[in-house]
Amino acid sequence: MATVPNPEKARPYHMHNGNTLALLTLLLVVVAFGSLAIGSYPISLHDWWKLLTAPSAGGTPEIVLMQIRLPRLLACILVGGGLALAGASYQGLFNNPMVSPDILGASAGAGLGAAVGILLGFNFVAIQAVSFTGGLVAVLLAWALASGLCRRGDPVLMLVLVGILIGSMFTALISLTKYIADPYNKLPAITFWLLGSFASITPRDVWTAGIPISAGAIPLLLLRWRLNVLCMGEQEARTLGMNTRAMRFTVIVCATLITAASVSICGMVGWIGLVVPHLARMVVGPNHKILLPTAAIMGGCFLLLVDDVARTAGALEIPVGILTALIGAPFFLFLLMRERRQKS
Amino acid sequence: MNLTLEHVTGGYDSKTVVDDVSFTLHSGEVVCLLGANGCGKTTLFKLILCLLRPSHGCVRLCEENIANWSRSRLARSFGYVPQMHIPPFAFEVREIVLMARAAYLSPFASPGKEDRRIADEALDYLGILHLASARYTEISGGERQLVLIARALAQQAQWLILDEPAANLDLGNQIKVFRAIGELAKTGLGVLMTTHVPDHAFMYASRVVLMSEGRILTIDTPAKALTPRLLKKAYGVPVRVVEIGTQSGINSGIMIVVPNQK
Repeated sequence: MATVPNPEKARPYHMHNGNTLALLTLLLVVVAFGSLAIGSYPISLHDWWKLLTAPSAGGTPEIVLMQIRLPRLLACILVGGGLALAGASYQGLFNNPMVSPDILGASAGAGLGAAVGILLGFNFVAIQAVSFTGGLVAVLLAWALASGLCRRGDPVLMLVLVGILIGSMFTALISLTKYIADPYNKLPAITFWLLGSFASITPRDVWTAGIPISAGAIPLLLLRWRLNVLCMGEQEARTLGMNTRAMRFTVIVCATLITAASVSICGMVGWIGLVVPHLARMVVGPNHKILLPTAAIMGGCFLLLVDDVARTAGALEIPVGILTALIGAPFFLFLLMRERRQKS
Repeated sequence: MNLTLEHVTGGYDSKTVVDDVSFTLHSGEVVCLLGANGCGKTTLFKLILCLLRPSHGCVRLCEENIANWSRSRLARSFGYVPQMHIPPFAFEVREIVLMARAAYLSPFASPGKEDRRIADEALDYLGILHLASARYTEISGGERQLVLIARALAQQAQWLILDEPAANLDLGNQIKVFRAIGELAKTGLGVLMTTHVPDHAFMYASRVVLMSEGRILTIDTPAKALTPRLLKKAYGVPVRVVEIGTQSGINSGIMIVVPNQK
């Protein structure tokens, strides 16, 4: 078989190695320290020195850093990294680059949970618990309905369709909750909560969200190479030796844990799970083995930067969900245009 | 190594598409499956690959019923070459071939050095090692088909099941693909493939399975199976089977199927 080697065809993803990952991790560390330093309360070099040499000395700088900025920073990294990881996994699982982690209704379910919690006057911990449960229930409902409906044909397509239906139903229920809520205190609370914000993050939130986010992220990272095989489609993946149903179930449960936990502590922060995986794919290519960790680190970095803007740009803090949408949508358009240019 | 189908019957819901199909194939053979559109070729493949459960009968590999085999054991026995399609993500060719190793790896593992060596060997065997770092979405259709065959080889299975390997290929690529398949059969692999062109069966198959409406019309050598009478029965149109003569007037032994004019 005399095929002439064509050097133009060999266009490998150059950043295929661990260096990219190390570089991005370094970037994340730099951004993290930068985020700790900036804010409405200025921290001088002298304060930093005091904090480093005598960490438990107390004082305002310590409270600002340890009780406010550090939890907020950790929450941003957890939520941003988690959502990007869940989004990249979903795009592989559903074999579709336009999918985001809330495609099966996780966000809408968690949003409804929180709205109902606020409406019923629950305390903060209970609101978070109800919200988390709402996200899980929405996705399990989608899974059960899709499994029941889909005796033959494409189970993935059915899942997406049912997920969209569940999502819009839960969104309607959120509207209903807002409609019947007291317009003077509860309606603003629900609305503000749904916009997404890290303003009220406490050290405890980092734990309550960190545990389910890690519980979802670790299996996804362990299984990540297998997501490549799923990208070939349901039947082909099965002929390549994959138990596709078990794999699908695991990925959905893990991604839902991450999404529901994220929404339960900071509200609906959109676009990260859709945009960041694209960005990561542009840098390291579609191989999930390297794509997933890259997306996670980039997601953490991205949300941290956006949250820095949210808390420092104006006199009043801007809800971060508004900013991610404002930045995410045009950025996504830019990515699409770039992809088109590369193809032609 | 024998692949045996015993009264295999199956289809979707209550509709039977494949009806009581029995035959035995031996490794080292190239067997062509022919039949009109919708006669059940693809469904038969799905039944062999356990993507569908037979409502009746069973498939045996070396006398063992494969119905309850794990997916990874099936993948180590059957290398399947689907009709090519373009995935939404621009994987490198080597990554596509490495997917074959999923059947040999534990769920949390990813391919190692040895797996990469096997993948590169398969690419080299088909003469496309130079495409290893190319993007699967950017190579030609013929090259993609060869990549999928390389992937099936990297599964290190005893059987190759190919769904219309020549569809959408130009003449040169068709010849390349069939030659590669023929050579693989010589190394002892069993090959079962569908095709729409009886000429391909004449050229490359050791036996032909001719199907019509979910049933087997005949299983025989190409010369005996592809007669005008049986082809008319399978495809519903009158055809002639002619031998190509050479300039010196000696018969070439190459048979082709042409429409029966008038």
